[in-house]
Amino acid sequence: MKKTVSNKWQDTDVEQIVGQLLRYGVLTATIVAFIGGAFYIVSNGSAPMPSYHKFTGEGAGFTTYGGIIEGALSFNAAGIIQLGVLLLIATPVLRIVFSLVGFALEKDRLYVCITLLVLAVIMTSIFGGLKV
Amino acid sequence: MTILTFSIILLVGSYLAGLLGSLTGLGGGVVVIPLLTLVFGVDIRYAIGAALLASIATSSGSASAYVKEGITNIRLGMFLEIATTIGAVIGALIAVYTPTNTIAIMFGAVLIFSAAMTLRKKNQEVLTQGSPMAEKLKLNSTYPTKQGEVAYQLKNVGAGFSIMTVAGVISGLLGIGSGALKVLAMDTAMRIPFKVSTTTSNFMIGVTAAASAVVYLQRGYMDPGLAFPVMLGVLGGAFTGSKLLMKMNPQVLRVIFCAAIVFVAIEMMYNGFQHKF
Repeated sequence: MKKTVSNKWQDTDVEQIVGQLLRYGVLTATIVAFIGGAFYIVSNGSAPMPSYHKFTGEGAGFTTYGGIIEGALSFNAAGIIQLGVLLLIATPVLRIVFSLVGFALEKDRLYVCITLLVLAVIMTSIFGGLKV
Repeated sequence: MTILTFSIILLVGSYLAGLLGSLTGLGGGVVVIPLLTLVFGVDIRYAIGAALLASIATSSGSASAYVKEGITNIRLGMFLEIATTIGAVIGALIAVYTPTNTIAIMFGAVLIFSAAMTLRKKNQEVLTQGSPMAEKLKLNSTYPTKQGEVAYQLKNVGAGFSIMTVAGVISGLLGIGSGALKVLAMDTAMRIPFKVSTTTSNFMIGVTAAASAVVYLQRGYMDPGLAFPVMLGVLGGAFTGSKLLMKMNPQVLRVIFCAAIVFVAIEMMYNGFQHKF
């Protein structure tokens, strides 16, 4: 091991933050989904369940980033759930951003590049219109 | 069935799926797909969307604890995430062109493989002399044990990276974490101690699943009515599972559950061959 003591310190600091971030991200997403779910049950609970055995796909309100945020802001129950879904997906992505900052603080150029590469792949997936 | 009844049953079912996934070490996502398709007759595409969410939730939830203890090798995870995310995006793209019955059959095969992997002999040994590549990429590290910090090195970086790409493709195609393949790459090829490989694999699952989840979200695979009971139930089950694991060593339970999983897998494959998906 060639790591210096001071380096090790920074390392664990970043790891602590990453750990916290993951926990709070999942917690926030779950709470939002729970609130949306509660509204959804209250307003639609007695309706018959949708026919999930046939795949029709979701509408634009549930599949585009703008549509989901708009739906949640107008207090649409399903829209709030979908915002929770979005927050859940965003948690690991945000984790990568934090790792990037951490590696930059450690002046670990190799891992800044590696992290940027991972981030680039995910960003392509998010904004690249890969839905086909 | 009304939405209320359906949501409650799905919540309970997802709780059990999370518990089972946690106790067997298979992860939250894999049990959700047969639960939704075989038990509730949900289209496998909706099931894949929900399972991805379950994978992200359980991975991120439990990873936070391991990262805190310093077992997870964050550099190794980040390096291998290049492979798994690229693989996951490719997998999500080819999923559109893959018939759902084929996906069900593949899912069954991966499930059997995963069950077998959790029962195999684990790599406890520490490699003291790694390859130059591992040194160059700063992948060698230490992890805490009862006897204090143990240093380990690793080798076969290229082979590990390749298997990880395959793990990513399968994860993106089937909507699961494919933790078993990730552990295989790290344990068998790179010779990493079992504890480090499992926690690092778990750490990576969230990012891998997120890479394909955004594609599935935009494609309309994620239904809010399925998402919330699955998210809440699986997380709750995984939480109970992790508490139970601290108190007992469920080796016998693990064998029984894995046998049950194999039956479920065969059922998935049978239905796939019968074109029921």
